[in-house]
Amino acid sequence: MPRTVRDVVFVDGVRTPFGKAGPKGIYHETRADDLIVKAIRELLRRNPALDPAKIDEVAIAATTQIGDQGLTLGRTAGILAGLPQSVPGYSIDRMCAGALTAVTTTAGSIAFGAYDAVIAGGVEHMGRHPMGEGVDPNPRFVSEKLVDESALFMGMTAENLHDRYPSITKQRADEYAVRSQEKAAKAYANGKIQQDLVPVSVRRTNEEAGETGWGLATADEPMRPGTTLENLSGLKTPFRTHGRVTAGNAAGLNDGATASIIASEDFARENNLPVKMRLVSYSFAGVEPEVMGYGPIPATEKALAQAGLSISDIGLFEINEAFAVQVLAFLEHYGIADDDARVNQYGGAIAYGHPLASSGVRLMTQLARQFEEQPDVRYGLTTMCVGFGMGATVIWENPNHKDAGGDK
Amino acid sequence: MSSSTTELLKGAAELFPDEVVTQAHVRHLDLPAGAGRFALITLDNGFDHTKPTTFGPGSLANLNAAIDQVEKEAAEGTIVGVGVTGKPFIFAVGADLKGVEILGRHEDALAIGKGGHEVFKRLATLAVPSFAYYNGAAMGGGVEVGLHCSYRTVSKALPAFSLPEVFLGLVPGWGGCALLPNLIGADKAVSVIIENSLNQNRQLKGKQVFELGIADALFEGADFLEQSLIWTASVLNGSLTVDRPEIDRGEAWDAAVARGRGIADSKVHGAAPAAYRALEIIEAAKDGDLQKGFDAEDKALADLIMGGELRSGIYAFNLVQKRAKRPAGAPDKNLARPVTKVGVVGAGLMASQLALLFLRRLEVPVVLTDIDQARVDKGVGYVHEEIDKLLLKGRVNQDKANRLKGLVSGVLDKAEGFSDADFIIEAVFEEIGVKQQVFAEVEAVAPAHAILATNTSSLSVSEMASKLKHPERVVGFHFFNPVAILPLLEIVRGEQTDDASLATAFGVAKKLKKTAVLVKDAPAFVVNRILTRFMGEIQNVIDEGTPVAVAEKAVEPLGLPMSPLVLLELVGPAIGLHVSETLNRAFPERFTVSPNLAAVVKAGKRGFYVYDSGKPELDPEVAALLKQGDSVLTEEQVRDRVLDAVAQEIGLMLDEGVVAEAQDIDLCLITGAGWPFHLGGITPYLDREGVSERVNGKRFLAPGVASVPA
Repeated sequence: MPRTVRDVVFVDGVRTPFGKAGPKGIYHETRADDLIVKAIRELLRRNPALDPAKIDEVAIAATTQIGDQGLTLGRTAGILAGLPQSVPGYSIDRMCAGALTAVTTTAGSIAFGAYDAVIAGGVEHMGRHPMGEGVDPNPRFVSEKLVDESALFMGMTAENLHDRYPSITKQRADEYAVRSQEKAAKAYANGKIQQDLVPVSVRRTNEEAGETGWGLATADEPMRPGTTLENLSGLKTPFRTHGRVTAGNAAGLNDGATASIIASEDFARENNLPVKMRLVSYSFAGVEPEVMGYGPIPATEKALAQAGLSISDIGLFEINEAFAVQVLAFLEHYGIADDDARVNQYGGAIAYGHPLASSGVRLMTQLARQFEEQPDVRYGLTTMCVGFGMGATVIWENPNHKDAGGDK
Repeated sequence: MSSSTTELLKGAAELFPDEVVTQAHVRHLDLPAGAGRFALITLDNGFDHTKPTTFGPGSLANLNAAIDQVEKEAAEGTIVGVGVTGKPFIFAVGADLKGVEILGRHEDALAIGKGGHEVFKRLATLAVPSFAYYNGAAMGGGVEVGLHCSYRTVSKALPAFSLPEVFLGLVPGWGGCALLPNLIGADKAVSVIIENSLNQNRQLKGKQVFELGIADALFEGADFLEQSLIWTASVLNGSLTVDRPEIDRGEAWDAAVARGRGIADSKVHGAAPAAYRALEIIEAAKDGDLQKGFDAEDKALADLIMGGELRSGIYAFNLVQKRAKRPAGAPDKNLARPVTKVGVVGAGLMASQLALLFLRRLEVPVVLTDIDQARVDKGVGYVHEEIDKLLLKGRVNQDKANRLKGLVSGVLDKAEGFSDADFIIEAVFEEIGVKQQVFAEVEAVAPAHAILATNTSSLSVSEMASKLKHPERVVGFHFFNPVAILPLLEIVRGEQTDDASLATAFGVAKKLKKTAVLVKDAPAFVVNRILTRFMGEIQNVIDEGTPVAVAEKAVEPLGLPMSPLVLLELVGPAIGLHVSETLNRAFPERFTVSPNLAAVVKAGKRGFYVYDSGKPELDPEVAALLKQGDSVLTEEQVRDRVLDAVAQEIGLMLDEGVVAEAQDIDLCLITGAGWPFHLGGITPYLDREGVSERVNGKRFLAPGVASVPA
């Protein structure tokens, strides 16, 4: 049977506001599955042209797939969200790149012809599921020195990345973090972020955490607008004495969920769905687990090579700010300035937070908004580092560009 | 604000130290779409959904304090609106009945009514609009707190919404009677307040609450509160206008009240005051004067709280809700043996109905046997037809129907059918010799542990068991017709019945979702004995010369579900006669066998009435059969005789230890004979009317149990 690869598009993306993990966080008494359900429902409400019965798959990522993040979340969340029972679902895990992988995996299936439209997203409630909950690493990792012992501790891998790039100082990382907060505050002030947030009702019964009863989460809780270099300079470096990585130049521990609609371009157009981005290429790469923050570099190399593009063709970057150093290493590698205007225009995870497996779709949703605003930009990329030494990159084309869809 | 309200509630709270106090948490949030800062009050008693949120005086004081706070903020302009919602799955289920039971003075009862009004109505006069979000179960005062708000939303997932006050013997007295007709019109209000209440407290679902116009918007459960708040933002910023249909304050209002009176008459026959008091307030609410309505509610509430009907209603409610779940005298449930297969001896109509019930509730193999293949086939066929009906109505799906049909079978050979059954029930002809024979045959083939149950309505369980090798496993398992509808199951302990068998019987009853009451092996057990004495006395006065119509009318003020002779028709005159003969043999001094009834049965009549005109009229053929004496009593005299007889019989039953307590008698009459809540079964009524004292020299229940505390 002859087969034609089909174009895949990003139709729409939404997310819950992100919260701070822990007893005082807004989502402390909110279930993880409820977060993803609310995101899926908002997506369906915003896109009434999409007949829910035509959704072919629900792929939901979570790093810790137990409790309210277990039970094959893609399936259970679909039922809880009110999707027809005929719509199947499954769960995905690639740690921080979970939602990104949910998008690329289903996109591959769409290109192959297995699906027309899917919901892809992710959730991580790091308050209910702290990093490392229930893990049981094989002792051979240590006995055979398969990985360095620091590989399991993300902050330590960030310190290791600073070692690899001695020119990236704590000062540069802090300056980057301050800019991320500034850009995020500006994006909020201009209403760039709120348009893709779904409000979430939140209950609180613990008086020590604040007013009790039902409330409503409408904004990202981790943001610290007005952060200055002075604020950051005194912070502790918990991963290494006299280290460089602090709570101020890294993303925190967060709760949140994201969801997107991915479809074949033909399906989207036939069903009058928006086409916000067209998938160009995607790639994953492995690196030494103890410098996992390096991962985006080889992943991007592969993705660019596949697309026949070079880094200079990329007009907008959405890089996950797990750590400032990891963004700076990427920029340094490609010779891009720390404050290049193409990079993370709305700020990043240092400001908004990084609920592990959900973050990939946040990057895409923000890139899609930037594409709308900047039709002169033809290509953009979303990239992130992944625990245990990986990187993930997706390259997108801006459908609003005059040459979009044509030859490069 | 009002310190008098605070004082009022403080006084009431002192009377009710055991209140489970509901907190009214105030939390502020930013509404979506930049609509402003909003104060949301969450009603929460601190327990999970298995202990629903209620309002007692302490709870009202908490809500009052919360309203103090938001009223101030509203006046200062720091908030744009106020919302009220509940903890997960529960909005609020109204007044705490325990707090009502303890009230012994009219002024305290009045304070409770006023307290609720004073607090709730503040929600209507804030400087900003107020919103109720009915997220889950809402009843009584829970519904009413929302009615005082400017707007309401309701969740599609809300399972139960009602104003059940009239069902219990109250009126919706915290604004319901006055506000609801002014919101949705008198006719719909009558449906909610009167009709639903008097139809076994029927509940509305979220969608119906919206369709009736009680709520302005309906949202799905998955993100109900979020969508409610987004909707609120749209209302507050003016992008959405709420239109409510104009209410007909003309003749339709009067017609609605008249319809309500008709419903009340048909259900309680004027015997319980609550529905009529509620209708008076609805009637007066036509002019839209809410404060006048609230005052009338306070008065009605206080009067009713100090009246016997409400106390009987609460007593009955507690029997059905609590005592029914923990049967008095039942053995340790851990002694119960598993029941994985059921045998039914007989395949007649009763046996087939039992087979269907066991099948649906236990979902284990059920085997019917009878004396010939045609009867067996007919019994199994009946079960299959009933399953098909359930399938057509959507009560079961095709898979479940297949499963149930696959589980029911019929055989001629008891050995084949019962050799691995754990529970075998007989429903054969009511004749002791026949039943003994059946049990002997069953015992010969059934496993040693199998329970042998009998659905006899009047024979001795002990005697039935007496000729068996293992009489300890025989229990009486007496259902009431219609088996699928009436909840009561009299479980009879024979002289030799052991605890394990009894525990198994109670375990099965629970799975059958029946209200099981433990009864001693005494003639006709509980319900039939009391009904037969009751009917017998009616029959006696007729036989002695009182016209049928007078005898029938005499007991109308009790508000029974049907008149005695209509009940006799339902039971069947032949069965009625048979039971009266049985009881006559046991207690000839009190139970008579009516020659007139015998004549009616002999003539093959199915009842006393014909319905050619649409209403029951004495069948001329029956009238011709009646041979009456010349002692003509008044209605009052008839009523006294009948009630005296019932009081005497219950007194004797309690002396004999037929049941543990008078409460069990009442539970049986409510769940097995449909006797009304406002009578509390019957003993609260007999106490209240002085009958118990007159006949037995003492009350059945201590003051305060089902009456205003002394």
